[in-house]
Amino acid sequence: MITLNSKIPGGPLEEKWTRYKANAKLVSPANKKKLDIIVVGTGISGAPAASALGELGYNVKVFCYQDTPRRAHSVAAQGGINAAKNYKNDGDSVYHLFYDIIKGGDFRAREGNVYRIAEVSNQVIDHFTAIGVPFAREYGGTLTTRSFGGVQVSRTFYSRGQTGQQVLLGAYSSLTRQIKEGTVTMYPRREMLDLVVVDGKARGIIVRNLLTGEIERHSAHAVVLATGGYGTIYYLSTLAVNSNASAAWKAYKRGAAFANPSFVQIHPSSVPQMNEFQSKLTLMSESLRNDGRVWVPKTKGDKRPANEIPDEERDYYLERRYPAFGNLVPRDVASRAAKERCDAGYGVGPTGLAVNLDFRDAINKQGKKAIEDKYGNLFEMYKDITGIDSYVEPMRIYPAGHYTMGGLWVDYELMTTIPGLFAVGESNFSDHGANRLGASSLMQGSGDGYFILPYTISNYLAPEIKTPRIKTDIPEFREAEEKAIERIKKLLAIKGKTTATDFHKKLGKIMWDHCGMTRNEAGLTEAISMIRGLRDEFWKDLIVPGRADELNQELEKAGRVADFLELGELMIIDALNRRESCGAHFREESQTADHEALRNDDEFAYVAAWEYNNDQPPILHKEELKFEFVELKQRSYK
Amino acid sequence: MKLTLKIWKQKNAGSKGRFAKYDLDGVAAEMSFIEMLTYLNQTLIEKGEEPVAFEHDCHEGICGSCGMYINGYPHGHIKGMTTCLLSMRYFKDGDTIVVEPWRAKPFPVIKDLIVDRSAFDKIQAAGGFITVTAGAAPDANSMLVSKRNSDLAFDASICIGCGACVAACKNASAMLFVSAKVSQYALLPQGRPEAKERAKAMIAEMDRQGFGSCSNTGACEAQCPKQIKLFNIARLNREYYKAF
Repeated sequence: MITLNSKIPGGPLEEKWTRYKANAKLVSPANKKKLDIIVVGTGISGAPAASALGELGYNVKVFCYQDTPRRAHSVAAQGGINAAKNYKNDGDSVYHLFYDIIKGGDFRAREGNVYRIAEVSNQVIDHFTAIGVPFAREYGGTLTTRSFGGVQVSRTFYSRGQTGQQVLLGAYSSLTRQIKEGTVTMYPRREMLDLVVVDGKARGIIVRNLLTGEIERHSAHAVVLATGGYGTIYYLSTLAVNSNASAAWKAYKRGAAFANPSFVQIHPSSVPQMNEFQSKLTLMSESLRNDGRVWVPKTKGDKRPANEIPDEERDYYLERRYPAFGNLVPRDVASRAAKERCDAGYGVGPTGLAVNLDFRDAINKQGKKAIEDKYGNLFEMYKDITGIDSYVEPMRIYPAGHYTMGGLWVDYELMTTIPGLFAVGESNFSDHGANRLGASSLMQGSGDGYFILPYTISNYLAPEIKTPRIKTDIPEFREAEEKAIERIKKLLAIKGKTTATDFHKKLGKIMWDHCGMTRNEAGLTEAISMIRGLRDEFWKDLIVPGRADELNQELEKAGRVADFLELGELMIIDALNRRESCGAHFREESQTADHEALRNDDEFAYVAAWEYNNDQPPILHKEELKFEFVELKQRSYK
Repeated sequence: MKLTLKIWKQKNAGSKGRFAKYDLDGVAAEMSFIEMLTYLNQTLIEKGEEPVAFEHDCHEGICGSCGMYINGYPHGHIKGMTTCLLSMRYFKDGDTIVVEPWRAKPFPVIKDLIVDRSAFDKIQAAGGFITVTAGAAPDANSMLVSKRNSDLAFDASICIGCGACVAACKNASAMLFVSAKVSQYALLPQGRPEAKERAKAMIAEMDRQGFGSCSNTGACEAQCPKQIKLFNIARLNREYYKAF
């Protein structure tokens, strides 16, 4: 039975992290060499964590499923990275960034954690700049910023529309340096199949070498998961198609609590689905809403080309409903507003499931060149995919599954309920509450990796310096390895008729229809039985060609889908349990008269942390959220 | 539309490859090239045949996973495009499409269309970084960089490491890849302290990995999906000469 202790240090908000650091235990350089740390994942939390720990002198082993760490999906983040630098002199501060994240997350995150990430955000920008990330600059040579949704200052640093690529490649460059120096050993093309727990502590992982199929055992004094989110559960999402939840899910099944699994961000602007073969919904950065105006025709089913519809017949519904924030409302609000218009019959495009994002006014005012400078690559990508030139006619966009605020429960030290197992970046639940603000994921991931984990992991490892290198020939490793091999055999032995991709598509549809942008009791209840049915079918009718001891991409997919089929049920259980609307979690039963999310702070101001309970329903543990420094308010962007 | 696909099949690095011919019906113009191949694989699996192995991940042209010759062109015949963004509307009913893995000695075939590009990681590790450790950085605005240099550095930094430049080059040279990284750092004041060592080390590693020399044909620039410019190679040469 797990107990939740968030370990938030006492004292004023702005002193908590300083106090923590002052009291955290240190490990001497000589001892660091003797301590092994496993990092799984090389995205914008894993690569920073691994390189920073390597720089400190720990013996780090890093794993990723890609052929090289540079391809982790953080590379696709577009819009930017937030920091409370206040270079614009527009009234920004650490407190404002903290408050915006707390409010944007609809008061479902911890004050202490959020304040800390706001605090380290400035160091993150300093570091990336120093290692050569080419952020956009003013003519005078200083860094420039832009605005993002849900805030009233300009604090987002960016590199055109490919900030994620730039910061990830920066982190990757430092990682390769540590690899060369020998403090980091890289294991690419490995998929984590299980976590190994010895005497209650995380001590290693079981991985499959994706080239040879060989099952490998790796041990360490501590394990860090930086494995990202689980948005691909919807099949169609903005994520890389191979992104998956398996590592986090295996940790859950070994005793790590999973927090707020139903909190999924549906991003308002992706290229809409065009056909049944589509494998992916491509994101169009939120930054576009700085200059793009969102609208649908005022008349239902108006099929005229967008440019032929005069202004007075256009409904700029975000500006109409939210005059204070206009097109820059937070993502959850913008997504639901688009769905509302489309469901009411005002949607555009061949399917009616799209809204216009129009740059006409911005181009008229600032010129095409200025728009190209800011978003050139996005316009190109949109054209590549759709054949439409958005300098001439509006983009068509629709919401898509994007980011998961839920994830492994961690305390203030970023440690899960399994001692020695840490989770950083999107794989933990910690900072974004029920909705993440734009440009905060790169900030949180790299902040966790560079400037938080190195302190907290040393506090954990200090008493471990006498623990010798963990051996892998012990029963715990054998048991985990056998279990992993057993499952692979089982997947290959079904020899049915339906591919893993087809099962994934079916699961995605259930999740999107019933546990997507809006949820209700009846739909969620139905979805549970649908998922259970699909899971039974999966284990009876799956087809996986090929063998276990070779490169087998279908086998990889099958394993991931098998885990998604279990995680989906937990997401729904969580969504059913939370009978309130908050942030991205919109329960139709709980809304205000004008259809905004209606929280229920008396009953639900808690983190829902779920404990795995074998074949029994998961056990709910509640971490009450105490708000000592901010006042809980109904979120308003009007 | 209906297509004839001639796709390179090779079990592993040690075995001999061959072209396999597949007739594929029901291809939609809205598919991407990757979605078309995924669709092919679905039909193969359902028929009990072995699917084609190929790499892809982000489907946004940014991760660099995908890459194959399509009718002899790395990433296909459309300029500035990765395979994952290449739309099937650029092909027509009845077309025969030939698909091959990168052909370059430093990129050995792993299986079918998948090659080993880890040589790029080794070149990067040789010097493609600025040695500032976490915690050591000064305030980001303490170092001014002209917008022009910053933009040029950015234009070089957008390389996705896909390997199309090497695949396009008759010498299998990695000069465009190396020059992009060297240029990015050479143009920024942060990168100057290590500029000499970087240029020397990355070129030495490039040679060690077996990439060929540059003979200025410009095929790399023509096929680069991110349209990284040839003048970066000129800058690399300059940085290299200055390093001695």
